[in-house]
Amino acid sequence: MNFKRLAAMTWARSLEFLRDRSALGWNFAFPLLLVAGFAWIFSGPGQPLFKVAVVLPPGAPLTAASHPFLAAPAVQFYAEPTATEAETKVARHRVDLALDLTSARYVINPESQKGEVLEAMLRGAGGTPLQRAEAAGTRIRYVDWAAPGVLGMNLMFSCLFGIGYVIVRYRKSGYLKRLNATPLTAAEFIVAQLLSRLALTFVVTAVVFVGCDAFLHFKMEGSYLALALVTLVGSYSMIAMGLVISARVTSEELAGGLLNLLSWPMMVLSGVFFSLDGAPAAVQWAAQLFPLTHLLSAARAIMLDGAGLASAAVMTPLLVLLACSALFTLLGALGFRWTQD
Amino acid sequence: MALIEARGLVKTYPKAKSNAVDGVSFSVPAGICFGLLGPNGAGKSTTVEMLEGVMRPSAGEVLFKGETIHAGASAQRYRDTVGIQFQSTALQEFLTVRENLRFFAALYPKTRPEQELIRVCRLEEFLDRDTKKLSGGQRQRVLLAIALINDPEVVFLDEPTTGLDPQARRNFWELVRGIKAEGKTVLLTTHYMEEADELCDDIAIMDHGRIIARGPPKHLLAEHFRESVIELPTALVRPLAARMGFIDRGELSELSTPDVAASIAALRDSGIDLAPLRIRPPTLEDLFLKLTGNDLRA
Repeated sequence: MNFKRLAAMTWARSLEFLRDRSALGWNFAFPLLLVAGFAWIFSGPGQPLFKVAVVLPPGAPLTAASHPFLAAPAVQFYAEPTATEAETKVARHRVDLALDLTSARYVINPESQKGEVLEAMLRGAGGTPLQRAEAAGTRIRYVDWAAPGVLGMNLMFSCLFGIGYVIVRYRKSGYLKRLNATPLTAAEFIVAQLLSRLALTFVVTAVVFVGCDAFLHFKMEGSYLALALVTLVGSYSMIAMGLVISARVTSEELAGGLLNLLSWPMMVLSGVFFSLDGAPAAVQWAAQLFPLTHLLSAARAIMLDGAGLASAAVMTPLLVLLACSALFTLLGALGFRWTQD
Repeated sequence: MALIEARGLVKTYPKAKSNAVDGVSFSVPAGICFGLLGPNGAGKSTTVEMLEGVMRPSAGEVLFKGETIHAGASAQRYRDTVGIQFQSTALQEFLTVRENLRFFAALYPKTRPEQELIRVCRLEEFLDRDTKKLSGGQRQRVLLAIALINDPEVVFLDEPTTGLDPQARRNFWELVRGIKAEGKTVLLTTHYMEEADELCDDIAIMDHGRIIARGPPKHLLAEHFRESVIELPTALVRPLAARMGFIDRGELSELSTPDVAASIAALRDSGIDLAPLRIRPPTLEDLFLKLTGNDLRA
């Protein structure tokens, strides 16, 4: 590894990124628009689909036989094992209402419009009268829960496409062939791309975070340092994932297709916009395969629950992300070819 | 002694019916401009890329000063001694010409002074322009400067003037003559016969992956032609085309003849208008046609 060559390549790539005004502007504008959009949408009237966590007495079925409210339309009911877990999820907007049939009470989050609607539906459903409770602990707004998701999703697109698409474009345009004819080694080229992308996405994400925070005032219970570390490792793992895609492909269309094939399931299944509580087991299992899932669960644990680096809620996803990073880097580097030949 | 030697080079692509390069051997002495000529798809670029060391031959080998260029330490040394201008290369966009030069300079241990490169390749007027905004000719000059950045002994130019207008092409030829004058060895591929005639001391004509003729352009022409070419409008010669052996070349028809005076006398006797008649010496273009039966640009 020659430092002079590595530095030159990193600098050249970073300049290219920073001077591409339209792409750079989009990198900032897109997440800001998304977060602002979500804040606005979810401050309005409730959404038609509701999610209710039900804590059932042993042996009771998840049907109207246990309580008539369970027959309500447009509501997804799912069984949650413990009342405390259900209550936390209400506080976190992961579910809209918790129905605890073991102690004849229900829990809502007064910050949630959906909760109010469900409460009205519950009262109208009849059955055993239930005692009302409000979610204990600090309650959060939906935007506090969704913002890490949206920022993480933007990070994912930036990491995957910023590496995957760019390297394939370089290969297709003959630029890689030209570089291969210089003393620059493949390792130097790859490390330069990774470094440049990691530094730039981190700065862009930090700026967007601060920008959104200025008007949305995010809830931040934990340490910024821990959040920065999790963000760096999470971004790296997704950049390395992009490297795997771009290792050999020569067509931008194919690369675009493959990157979409990866990013769309991640966007839907990693808990960006809604939690996967109550989703089929296969879906929850699949979600564990994506780095974004682990990045978001660690980031939310830090921001919403104030979890420290050493806690399992942060350390476990962090270790998974490190393992992903190592695996993807290895695959990408071994598979890398300058040209088609 | 040969500076570069190609020995039995073969390149096979998995799905192709025939070899892209099918047993090519030649040697190039130091200090000359060597040209690989042929139509598109003849195997010129594939051959030159094997010579550059960026593509591994399926069979055969390339020697530089008697040493193979395909293995370990000598491969690395070779990379530092050659300069390459590929047929189509994108540069890093959003970087100026000067920034691109500095970037490539940083990749080599030993480089030629920037000012000298700028002068030799005439980059002065667009040094601070984004490489995206260069004209075709300017772009080729920047790519040439990058090929020269490590002050190479050998410079490979793969169809450097394809797509350039005649003026830009002539300007580029001037630069190549300058490089030759510095004593560097130049390997050039082209499908412009005129370019080979202008620049090359020695040429190899390729078709279907093989070399079909080899030698200095003047010798090749002298060896294959004792004739001159008479050109007349096709419409005019149509009645006697078959009898006299005119070849239809579109607007004009051509007659190759060893005895110009006798042919003109015969034409005059036939009574056709000789006002538009032109006589020219044979070109490499004619040679290619004669050797392959095909037009070069077909």
